[in-house]
Amino acid sequence: MKRLVILSLLLWMCAVFYVGIYLFVGGFLLVRLEVNRTSTCEDVLLPAGEQGDFCPAKPRFRRAVLLIIDALRFDFARFDHANTAPRPYENKLPVFEETVSSQPSHSRLYPFRADPPTTTMQRIKGFTTGSLPTFIDVGNNFASSAILEDNLIHQLGQLGKRVVFMGDDTWESLFPKKFYRSLPFPSFNVKDLHTVDNGILQHLYSTVVGDDWDVLVAHFLGVDHCGHRFGPDHPAMADKLTQMDGVIRSVMERLQNDTLLVVMGDHGMTDTGDHGGESQKETDAALFLYSPSPLFSGPPSKSEPQVVPQTDLVPTLALQLGVPIPYSSVGQVLLPLFPPHGQMKGALEGLSQVEALWINVKQVNRFLETYSSMAKDIPPESLSKLQEQFSHVSTEYLTAVKNGLSPSPELVVSLQSYLTSVRETCRATWARFNPLKMAAGLAILLFACVLCFILSELSCLLVRESSLLKAPVVAALSIGFCVAAGQLFARGYVEVAWCLAATAIVSELLVLWRVHRVKASTALGNGAKAPKRAGWLSLHRLVTPALLVLLLRGASLLSDSYVIAEGRVVTFLIFSLGLYVPIHLNWDGLLLPANHDPLKPVGLLPAPALSPSAIRKESCTLLACLGLLVGSLYLSLSFHNCREEQGSCQPSPFLFPLSRLQNSQLKNLHYILSLASIGLWTYLLRRWLRHYGNLNSSGGAVFTARWILPLLSICLGLNWAVGATPEDSFRSMAELLSVAQVALPRTIFSLLGLGMLLLWLDPITVFLKTRASAPARSSNLPPPRYRASTGISTQAELHHLIPQIYQRMRRNLEEDDEPGEGAEADGRPAVEAYGLGTVYSAPQLLFCGLLGMGLLLLHAEGMALSFLLLLLEMGALLHIHASSTTLSSLHGTHYGGFNVPWTPVVLWSLAATQFFHATGHLPTFPSIQWGAAFVGFPGGHTGTILPASLVTLNTFSSHILFAVGCPLLLFWPLVCEVRGNRRVGGEDGEDAVMEMRLRENPQQFSSALLQLSTRYLFIHGTQVFASVCAAAILRRHLMVWKVFAPKLMFEASGFLVTSVFLLIGITLVMRVDVAVGGWFKRLIPEASR
Amino acid sequence: MWDQEIRAMASTHAILASTVFVATVAPKVLLRGFSVYGTHLLWMYCMAGAVGVVNVSVFWLLGISPPTKKHTVGYKLSRLVRSCLYLFLSCLFFHTVVVLYGAPLIESAVETFSLAVLLTSLTTLRCLCVLGPNVQAWIRVFSRHGAMSVWDTSLQITTGTTVIGAWLGAFPIPLDWDRPWQVWPVSCSMGSVIGFVSGLVAAPTWIHYHRKQLTYKCK
Repeated sequence: MKRLVILSLLLWMCAVFYVGIYLFVGGFLLVRLEVNRTSTCEDVLLPAGEQGDFCPAKPRFRRAVLLIIDALRFDFARFDHANTAPRPYENKLPVFEETVSSQPSHSRLYPFRADPPTTTMQRIKGFTTGSLPTFIDVGNNFASSAILEDNLIHQLGQLGKRVVFMGDDTWESLFPKKFYRSLPFPSFNVKDLHTVDNGILQHLYSTVVGDDWDVLVAHFLGVDHCGHRFGPDHPAMADKLTQMDGVIRSVMERLQNDTLLVVMGDHGMTDTGDHGGESQKETDAALFLYSPSPLFSGPPSKSEPQVVPQTDLVPTLALQLGVPIPYSSVGQVLLPLFPPHGQMKGALEGLSQVEALWINVKQVNRFLETYSSMAKDIPPESLSKLQEQFSHVSTEYLTAVKNGLSPSPELVVSLQSYLTSVRETCRATWARFNPLKMAAGLAILLFACVLCFILSELSCLLVRESSLLKAPVVAALSIGFCVAAGQLFARGYVEVAWCLAATAIVSELLVLWRVHRVKASTALGNGAKAPKRAGWLSLHRLVTPALLVLLLRGASLLSDSYVIAEGRVVTFLIFSLGLYVPIHLNWDGLLLPANHDPLKPVGLLPAPALSPSAIRKESCTLLACLGLLVGSLYLSLSFHNCREEQGSCQPSPFLFPLSRLQNSQLKNLHYILSLASIGLWTYLLRRWLRHYGNLNSSGGAVFTARWILPLLSICLGLNWAVGATPEDSFRSMAELLSVAQVALPRTIFSLLGLGMLLLWLDPITVFLKTRASAPARSSNLPPPRYRASTGISTQAELHHLIPQIYQRMRRNLEEDDEPGEGAEADGRPAVEAYGLGTVYSAPQLLFCGLLGMGLLLLHAEGMALSFLLLLLEMGALLHIHASSTTLSSLHGTHYGGFNVPWTPVVLWSLAATQFFHATGHLPTFPSIQWGAAFVGFPGGHTGTILPASLVTLNTFSSHILFAVGCPLLLFWPLVCEVRGNRRVGGEDGEDAVMEMRLRENPQQFSSALLQLSTRYLFIHGTQVFASVCAAAILRRHLMVWKVFAPKLMFEASGFLVTSVFLLIGITLVMRVDVAVGGWFKRLIPEASR
Repeated sequence: MWDQEIRAMASTHAILASTVFVATVAPKVLLRGFSVYGTHLLWMYCMAGAVGVVNVSVFWLLGISPPTKKHTVGYKLSRLVRSCLYLFLSCLFFHTVVVLYGAPLIESAVETFSLAVLLTSLTTLRCLCVLGPNVQAWIRVFSRHGAMSVWDTSLQITTGTTVIGAWLGAFPIPLDWDRPWQVWPVSCSMGSVIGFVSGLVAAPTWIHYHRKQLTYKCK
């Protein structure tokens, strides 16, 4: 067996996939670390700050009103007198234009530029923290969406300002319990234009007039929802904007002199009403500032900013209201709102421009220092440049202050330019997709999928080429190093992503070329006919229902509705493909025994390899297993969890841990059900092993199956019982219970570890029985006492004792070594091997069973039922595959070798996704079952690796089980082979049976194993590729951050886990192969003595 | 002989296709408030009934059905009873399959069953007309070499397209477009009818172009 070739090819394939995923994700998902520090009024900002840098002076405004109109694009707010035929969204907000022209020193209208991603939640985060939120802000808690970074709302609360909020309920989840008063309204239904707005309007005016607030935030959603529903170019938009015009006017009338009014849009929208991306129509919103008292020192001058970045609102509002600027803000104060130095007149009090800028600069510099000490994602050379700029500016400012000079206008400009460059650096790091990286990742993944397919189709050729990979990988690695050296030379630092990309692409191309050469050379060897036939076959092979189903599955990942309904979609596809199996067999006339024409002479036809009754039995098995498959598919639907997008959906009652159930009768019922399923799980596994005679010997694997497996299930049952006990019911045993809560899971973990170790060390489950010498036993049956003790029926014994193999090997050996001793060879077997027919599949199955038990520990108790269904469905799929292989091998349609066709592999991998959903998981972040991290560790953890791996194991348990069990697809047709179907010939009795055939043909075994694993990888790889495509194509879609990006993350991590555990499964097969080889070597000299 | 059979089949199929058309249009003219989406159940039963009646009468007139061996009343009666039983069982079968495919179990059981009735009248009834109440023959027909006449081949094609049409009809259901035809079971039943009609069109065409390759065993 070519272990090294298979493993290296698979490892290389996985590595290429990983690089592709890494590159794409690096360009698509922007990651930023959250700085969990807060500013306070007493902060002294280095260098050489005065006493209390923040809030030194009396605030300019006592109160502020923030009216946020979601998706208020800048051109909605403009008013154009020349436009006589305005579109529905134009000229509907004349209030801005009228106020700006009539009261120029009281108001301004600016374009307000948001940073991508332009989705509401990210924007709210942006204009309250002053930072640039990315898709993943790595913070303290992943589970809830509350903002933990320092933000404006927090600062206002710190200083005792009463913040009143009304509108979009996203705020309530972002700032739980931060508001003095809060009136949230549901924002989820995009088709509902009025609920939120009317809710706000009921309370807004009375609140504004009243006196129990300092900051009022009102978030209107009507415009945004109108855009999503109808698009901007629709009469409904005109009505909505006109309504908003009225609202702004009424609020302005009710304002008092000490109040600042800010009207703003959080983002814009495209012409179809969507947002999320980075086009100018999506990023440019409107910002309108107004106060009844003069706000600006004069009418708009030339130095007015053209565009106000969204982050600038935070420091401006903070300094105007007299609160510290939030710690991680990177914004810049809006200068026109501050008077120039030395022009402070009565009404315009507060900070001057230079003072405000100086505070701002110091705060930004402090944040930059903190951040760069925590994370390394800001390029070092731009950091040092910024540092230099800061020291230059600060010395200039400090000398100016020390000398009592009024700071020059140049100083203002250089302070501003420092802030701008910090912002730009952060933007480049956090808030921009990297299309080049995304494209490179896509290309690598596409190539990897194509290569995977080619490898699987040509596996029998490639297994022979032992040096297929060496040269390409070496060449590619050296090119990667060259790229690294070039980068080091040209830019002074190395960007690992591009080196990896170069390596991956070069190695892919070289391997493709090598494969082409290998194929061409074999085609030459086979004569001219081969290439033509191969070309036709490959096209014909591509359009099979199995690959069509895979295509449908990939296409379904491109639509948000299908991703939301993924669990059902996958079940539907499995069901369709499952039904296709018998229909296809019937179409080929294989399902039913052929009708014999009584008129035709029987002798002329070749005798059927299998009797009609055997065919009928096989067909019945197939249909029964199909029934089992369908049944478990249908039942598995009742274990699904619910996404928030699915309105009228109830999560499965089995998802909750038992301790949450109040009704004790129901609790008992659930507990008994779970116990029964875990018992059945153990029983079925042991039953199978016993049936094939794998429970007789005394090795490590058998010990595991005999003792550790039942012990594990008992521990699991006890653990559930302990977990489900109400806390107050057994006061006296409270301590014992708490000990048990820790000890039981840990026992299970260690038992599992022990079991796996034993399985790895001694995977052979074959029992040897040496019989009495030949003449004495030739007519004797084995003694009945012996049979009873091993639990093997006579029939099973006839089927599964494998004396022949041993006998044949012995004879070979004798012919080679001791040609003289022919007499003893006539003595027929002196040794019988029990369980040799399932020597490969028994450890594999046992490993799956153990692993399943361990993974079940990490789930809620009710999931035991679902795990049982998983086992049953696995069995059903395997039997369907085995029966269809048997039936089609009858008529010679099943071409030789042990190759596993596409249909079972596709079914197998779809079932992995199906049970991902049927074990209560969803591809969304809030649905991750965090409780799994605390199984066995109720007190929490110190590190992050252990809880992270526990949660990963919990989330991808079905992927793990199906990946480890994947080689079973190769073994099962051999395990279930029907005796009669082998050729009637001279050497029938000598032929190897069941899995020993694999040992007889190591070449075919290797190629089949390689083919199976590359096919499995290909199927998962295409799914990753499809979700990557979805994320790349739909990056402007409304649902990109809610549906597609999480789906991509889950699909990619699922692939990672799958590939790792597939490799583990393959390695186990190889381990068994080595062990079997050693066993034979040991056995034969011994017995021939 | 070929041309004659194909022509007979083409005209039969034309009659069936026009029945489908009439069953959609006629109630709209005759009944007030009838629409395919609004009163979908009514449309489905109209379609099932019309196609069923036309199928039976056409095949009876043409005499396609396999010749019966006995001509006693009792034998004919037992065949009739068996046919009815098979039709009912086929409705139940389709209902089960559709539910297993993910249709709601209890909520819209009437709609699901109506779909099963429609599918039965489009597929099983034709089997019954062509092959008689003989399940073995039905299973045999759907294999590569199972067709024994032009009618068997056309039966293969129309049944396949009807089922595939119904299967494809399930695809738009999860989409969030909020169209009236996305409501269960409108898209599936329309898919099956469209599949049926396209099968009616496709069968004579396909047979016409492949008549050289087609060889039927004599019974």
